[in-house]
Amino acid sequence: MIEDIGNLFHGFSVVLQPYNIMLMVLGITLGVIIGVLPGLGGANGIAILLPLTFSMSPTSAIIMLSCIYWGALFGGAITSVLFNIPGEPWSVATTFDGYPMAQQGKAGEALTAAFTSSFVGALFAVIMITLLAPLVASFALEFGPPEIFSVYFLAFCSFVGLSKEPPFKTIAAMMIGFALGAVGLDQMTGQLRLTFGFPHLLSGFDFLIAVIGLFGIGEILLTMEEGLNFRGNSAKINPRVVWQTWKELPRYWATSLRSCLIGCWMGISPAGATPASFMSYGIAKRVAKNGKNFGKGEIEGVVAPETAAHAAGTAALLPMLSLGVPGSPTAAVLLGGLLIWGLQPGPLLFVEQKDFVWGLIASMYLGNVVGLIIVLTCVPLFAAILRVPFSIIGPIILVMCAIGAYTVHNNTFDVVMMLVFGVAGYLLKKTNYPLAPMVLAIVLGDKAEEAFRQSLLASQGSLGVFFSTKLVSTIMVLGLIALFWPMIQEGWSRIRRPATA
Amino acid sequence: MSESSHSSGGAGPSHRSVEIGVALFMTLLAAVGIAGSLKVGIGWGAEGPKAGFFPFYISVIVLISCAVNLVQAVREFTGREVFASWGQLRQVFSVVIPTTVYVFAVPSLGMYMSSGLLIAVFMKWIGRYSWLIVAAIAIGVPIITYVMFERWFLVPLPKGPLEDWLGL
Repeated sequence: MIEDIGNLFHGFSVVLQPYNIMLMVLGITLGVIIGVLPGLGGANGIAILLPLTFSMSPTSAIIMLSCIYWGALFGGAITSVLFNIPGEPWSVATTFDGYPMAQQGKAGEALTAAFTSSFVGALFAVIMITLLAPLVASFALEFGPPEIFSVYFLAFCSFVGLSKEPPFKTIAAMMIGFALGAVGLDQMTGQLRLTFGFPHLLSGFDFLIAVIGLFGIGEILLTMEEGLNFRGNSAKINPRVVWQTWKELPRYWATSLRSCLIGCWMGISPAGATPASFMSYGIAKRVAKNGKNFGKGEIEGVVAPETAAHAAGTAALLPMLSLGVPGSPTAAVLLGGLLIWGLQPGPLLFVEQKDFVWGLIASMYLGNVVGLIIVLTCVPLFAAILRVPFSIIGPIILVMCAIGAYTVHNNTFDVVMMLVFGVAGYLLKKTNYPLAPMVLAIVLGDKAEEAFRQSLLASQGSLGVFFSTKLVSTIMVLGLIALFWPMIQEGWSRIRRPATA
Repeated sequence: MSESSHSSGGAGPSHRSVEIGVALFMTLLAAVGIAGSLKVGIGWGAEGPKAGFFPFYISVIVLISCAVNLVQAVREFTGREVFASWGQLRQVFSVVIPTTVYVFAVPSLGMYMSSGLLIAVFMKWIGRYSWLIVAAIAIGVPIITYVMFERWFLVPLPKGPLEDWLGL
């Protein structure tokens, strides 16, 4: 524990180098822009900019990229409040009360509340990461292949049980992801598979291309379909409004704390920020004194989802850092970055790459402080970006996506694949297939398969190996509970209803 | 959550047919996966499970879930819900078509020239801006990109005849 605090201070000293501070400010600014623009979100924005960091040191690179992530989380709130357009899926719940507030001329209050709650949520999650991540990592160091597979199993099962999409659509999307991840060289036998003689498929499908296509191009197509008129409220934030809102906010400490806890919990399980924000909003609405005013411009209705979303988005990095299992698509992209910079994600990071890990954690603290300052001072500037017509911004985003896709492997075929993924993303989104599990499956497919096959190899093909020790069976059972959660819930309420009636 | 809710007004392809189409396409992918796995072997080899073992069972799960999704699609939708109106789809295709031409033009024309053309076509065709603004942005963006990528971050992008002619 004491050692961790020492490590953290060392991390701060790394982050406070002028070069890294500059990257931090750059990252936050880019992140907010990415969060504000339609078609660019945390995941694909980072995927596009990832190749630019190939020449940086891993620590500087992760500082910049994680700051883009924080910026994107902040940016989502701006469009939700001012334009009633959620820049990111997790800020949908912020529009419910944020936009009515803006219409009543209280945009400044709504934005201040949103940014401050985001900051509080993130801070809570970072403190949790600081305390828990080293523990989880040292625990996970003992994991053998069956345990590692069981963690993947749990992660993917929670997607099926907790996401709002139909379970079989989630399973189908996820398994397609695994299948795409399996294409190319088999890591264990060195054999080529599923390539059908196409030379382009030898290296398999890169998930970064999938992310840029599915989230970037797919989102642009959705934006085009929905029409292009953005009409927004003007943003005026002055120190007086900020100060008054800050004085009012401590009143909602209970909502805030509850949202932090919901966010952290949902963020660690890969269900992610979006359900966390809805859940937190829903509970706040039920519990709050003036809950029936929710939806008409209640400041508490902005606090609840924003705190939870930002806490979840930050907490998603805990399993990524300590277990190598990302909790969200954006965390998955960051994990992909680690692999490219030559770092092995997982518990060993805490032993072998102390500078990197603690630099990242320190940058989470500072990044969110810097982020809060930047968004509070520059809101009108960022809002102006959304007033640029989409027929100008649209093709520029397309070009950025194409450049991002090309630079991953310096391969023009990847640009074609990006478009294919983009059209697929549009259709899947419209038909209610979730994209996040698909992306995570492409990233983790190889590792999950390796753990699975190694376990079977050790047990001579018996599936009993996944229930052989207490630890591994516990995780597997948790996974099964997550998988069948909707059924369990329904069964439970059916048992209880006759009893109470 | 019904995704067809925002496709208000206007005729278009039915949501059910698109839903069925997506499920059938996934079924096709699963079949391809099963065939490919069988080719490399799905049994037990010298080093444990063979290369096709994992993808085979993955594809089987895809196949099963597609069957469920197909049944759901037929049951849940009457065929009257509209996936998106033709007008909306025209908007979507006004992005897809130029972008398709663009991605195939990149290898021969280079990233910069094709990007400039894409922006110009988009702005002129959809935005109907004056030639002056179109030219400013369509030429400006590639130049900024060039400076940022080739000079600042030292990441080379594909080049075409224009760059050869300019001697870059």
